[in-house]
Amino acid sequence: MTTQYESVIAEFDPIIGIETHIELGTNSKMFCSCSAQFGGDPNTHVCPVCLGMPGSMPVVNRAAVESTIRMGLALNCSIVPWCRFARKNYFYPDMPKNYQISQYDEPLCINGYLDVTVATANGPQVFRVDIERVHMEEDTGKLLHAGGAGRIHGATHSLVDYNRAGIPLIEVVTKPILGTGDLAPDVAKAYVAQLRDLMRALGVSDVRMEEGSLRCDVNVSLSRPGEEWGTRTETKNVNSLRSVERAVRTEMLRQADRLRAGDRITQETRHFNEETGDTTSGRSKEGAEDYRYFPEPDLVPIAPSKEWIEELRATLPEIPSVRRARLQRDWGVSEFDMQSLVNAGALELIVASIDAGVQPAAARKWWTGELTRVANERSCELEELTVTPNDIVQIENLIAAGELTDKMARSVFEGLLQGEGTVADIVHQRGLIVVNDDASLIAAITAALADSPDVAEKIHSGKIAAAGAIVGAVMKATHGQADAARVRTLLLEHLGIKE
Amino acid sequence: MSLDSDLTRQSAATLATAIARKEVSSEEVTRAHLDRIAQVDSRIHAFLHVDAEASLSQARLVDAKLAQGVLLSPLAGVPIALKDLVATKGVPTTCGSRILEGWRPPYNATIVEKLMAAGVVSLGKTNMDEFAMGSSTEHSGYGPTHNPWDLDRIPGGSGGGSAAAIASFEAPLAIGTDTGGSIRQPAAVTGTVGVKPTYGGVSRYGIVALASSLDQAGPCARDVMDTALLHSVIAGHDPRDSTSINAPVPDFVAAALNADVRGMKIGVIRELQGDGFQSGVLERFNQSLDILTELGAEIVEVSCPHFHYALGAYYLILPSEASSNLARFDGMRFGIRVDDGNDRSVEQVMSATREKGFGAEVKRRIMLGTYALSSGYYDAYYGQAQRIRTLINRDFAAAFATVDVLVSPTSPTTAFKIGEKLEDPLSMYLNDIATIPVNLAGNCAMSLPIGLAPEDGLPVGLQIIAPAMADTLLYRVGSALESALVDRWGGLLISEAPSL
Amino acid sequence: MTQKAAKGIDRDQVVHLGTLARLELTEVEVEHYTLQLEQILGAIASISTVATDDIAPTSHPIPMENVYREDVALPGLRLEDFVNDAPAFEEDRFRVPRILDQPS
Repeated sequence: MTTQYESVIAEFDPIIGIETHIELGTNSKMFCSCSAQFGGDPNTHVCPVCLGMPGSMPVVNRAAVESTIRMGLALNCSIVPWCRFARKNYFYPDMPKNYQISQYDEPLCINGYLDVTVATANGPQVFRVDIERVHMEEDTGKLLHAGGAGRIHGATHSLVDYNRAGIPLIEVVTKPILGTGDLAPDVAKAYVAQLRDLMRALGVSDVRMEEGSLRCDVNVSLSRPGEEWGTRTETKNVNSLRSVERAVRTEMLRQADRLRAGDRITQETRHFNEETGDTTSGRSKEGAEDYRYFPEPDLVPIAPSKEWIEELRATLPEIPSVRRARLQRDWGVSEFDMQSLVNAGALELIVASIDAGVQPAAARKWWTGELTRVANERSCELEELTVTPNDIVQIENLIAAGELTDKMARSVFEGLLQGEGTVADIVHQRGLIVVNDDASLIAAITAALADSPDVAEKIHSGKIAAAGAIVGAVMKATHGQADAARVRTLLLEHLGIKE
Repeated sequence: MSLDSDLTRQSAATLATAIARKEVSSEEVTRAHLDRIAQVDSRIHAFLHVDAEASLSQARLVDAKLAQGVLLSPLAGVPIALKDLVATKGVPTTCGSRILEGWRPPYNATIVEKLMAAGVVSLGKTNMDEFAMGSSTEHSGYGPTHNPWDLDRIPGGSGGGSAAAIASFEAPLAIGTDTGGSIRQPAAVTGTVGVKPTYGGVSRYGIVALASSLDQAGPCARDVMDTALLHSVIAGHDPRDSTSINAPVPDFVAAALNADVRGMKIGVIRELQGDGFQSGVLERFNQSLDILTELGAEIVEVSCPHFHYALGAYYLILPSEASSNLARFDGMRFGIRVDDGNDRSVEQVMSATREKGFGAEVKRRIMLGTYALSSGYYDAYYGQAQRIRTLINRDFAAAFATVDVLVSPTSPTTAFKIGEKLEDPLSMYLNDIATIPVNLAGNCAMSLPIGLAPEDGLPVGLQIIAPAMADTLLYRVGSALESALVDRWGGLLISEAPSL
Repeated sequence: MTQKAAKGIDRDQVVHLGTLARLELTEVEVEHYTLQLEQILGAIASISTVATDDIAPTSHPIPMENVYREDVALPGLRLEDFVNDAPAFEEDRFRVPRILDQPS
């Protein structure tokens, strides 16, 4: 029995598009030197420019341009050689000038893409989401609607705080995303998640959806195969990754219902409702406001030089997927092993350990071996264990110096997990000292031989393997703090056996 | 040098020297001008705001500095009038509009800061066409200004207040703004000197914007040297104005002293003569050409064929940019608010405020601009106008390849009567026909007085146009011409104005 | 996008412009401005055919590029600098009348 969603997918092809607005984490605003820091008493991060006072003039924040170029490069865009700002003219009380300085037909970055990986029943699938443009604009002030229920309808008046007016806002617009089929909601969600991670890796923004530093609008349309593209709607107020997925799914179902009933889809802006998961009709986009765009005469064109762009390109962090592929090659591990390692959540910890000085093989061994075992036992994430990459460094250093055996190392981990202190503390408190002076070892060997006289005979008669029992006895006598290999060597020497 | 007993009849240069030598104090000079304002301004109406105590306070500060041996600038202690389009902190700034009645800016324009640092004393804010839209100052929300030469006539616009203040000896210096001729045309019809600097030469930060790609603030005075001195104080790069030129300020005073036109080629613009130009205006213009020839310059005729379209392009670009610049006047953050309460929506209150607060000319241009920028019309209007701008640039470039400066009459007619052109916007727009091309191209121009028209005895101005960044040429040529004329007249033309 | 030919203006358009520009025009004004705008547009209509598409438009008179400000936060205005000039101020915020339409 097919679900409603499945029947929609069987009949229609979804086309989705996503517009995201990202608030940059700059020190100052886009066009003036007011603080861009969050918080602050109302109307205290303002000046003649961001209040739109008569005679004031904008000046472009260099860091905002740099962040935008870096974002564009990370999204595989072309950075245009020349572009301008434009005025988007409309009246609204949260906009002090009653126009927004934005970019219209000349965005700074164009024609990029983000390869998005979606987990499916058949394994991970990669979708290439084409990016139409990345451009700069300024944010508006904040409105408090008073006298009603805090909503705009029923309010008697509104109160405006212009602290956020003029904060740099970067808009990333995808081209229509085709061929996602039933995965449309998942692709949308994965795109936003991975775009967010990319922005975080670039260090340009907090990108917290719940705080509004990453805002999403999703566009959805349906068409029957072979037919023209359907009318699209735009859904706003999508404030979490989960909402992105739900909004796309809900819109697809809603549009399918209407189309099946023979109705037209109205081109409009819809509002996503967190509680119900529904979208409701907002302002109609038909007969949309005429923004009367024209080039901003108070600002001069942006013409980034090739040198500047290359300087900025050099500051880009490695793309996550590219990095994973490189590490896999460097470590010489299989794709399966790499995937397991990633799935165990061990990748970053391993890399951090390597960065701290641990050999790659050792780092992998401890994190995917002993520590993963412990994490599974405790049903927790590796990150939550009280073992740090630095601990691994110290343990490995002791092993390399011959002061700790692998077995003793496990004891140290146990101590760390129980919060007994630092590696040094634990080694001391638990008496984890490798017995490695030959004199003590020979004494222990002699004692063990004395306890098991027949073993010496067996060894002499050719059963070298019997040495294991003596080694075991010595290990026991030294509480596992002897180096087993050394014990064996000394034992055979003592007995005059050559291998 | 001895000082004439009437301080208001002196040039700024003379006053500055006397103040520096402590022959007279800034306070005395300022007081003399305040007295003059009190005496004549009820008839001229050049000023919208005067605060005598504040002015005298400023003057005393300059005097105190002098007493310590500190001379703030070559113009220290000299008073000035400021067009009411310039933001002055804590001092009413109306832009000639009722929508800003009572507004006191919370900040100073950059040029105001420069003037204060230079010890130039503000006498007050002068009248203007509302938001600088006009050529007669009749569109002020506070009543017209009267031309000191004939009180029934307009003093030009939009900066008629500043020009009239200078012409009536209420102030030796004034600041104006010029978007299509608003400094030059008033200068021409009041017998004074005014310069529109190269675009970007003077900071626009704090100058309320009309058409951002055309506006420039500039100096006004009674002679070329005073204008050069004032230009030197206000010019310079401003990091708060992204369109301001980042280069050292040229020496305008040196250029004015080097009043030598020998060997220079001066181009007469064919398209700015003939029909539409008053005969007396053309007569004086041609006489000035003769003088320039006598002084050793070569007069050449040049053609700027696209100047015919300048007016059309201007009256599309200006309203378009202005309609956007004036959107901020909505009664929400500053200025008046109309019709609040009664449960009206913000859309209604904004509309009622702007309807009541703006005058007819402003509303007309806002609508014209809104129309020109509308989707579907952008290419045909604004887009085309920007292309004509390119063609005008080319005309200028071609002309300046063959001549050093260009000249034309500043205004087609002398001062017309108050009320004469009010009902006919188009005929009013024609006043700017000679001045507009310079704003479209962004280069610089000066108007200086060249005589009185025989038929009406009213002042005629000649416009000198120089290439962008070559403002010094204005002062060099202007100074030479002025010298020769002053020799013939036995003094400045303005001394022939009727006494008030 | 097809462009409409540069032609005259009618009464309905003037009313629409009034809305776009937030001007509460009276009937008399609508009549008046329709006439005047028609005249003005007629006078400048000649420019619509002068410049062909191969002429690049000029938006800035003096060519300049890449003017920036360093990303440093500086103090701006204090409340007392502008609160007295605000038509209505409440709870440290600008008070505005109720909003009907949200922009898209």
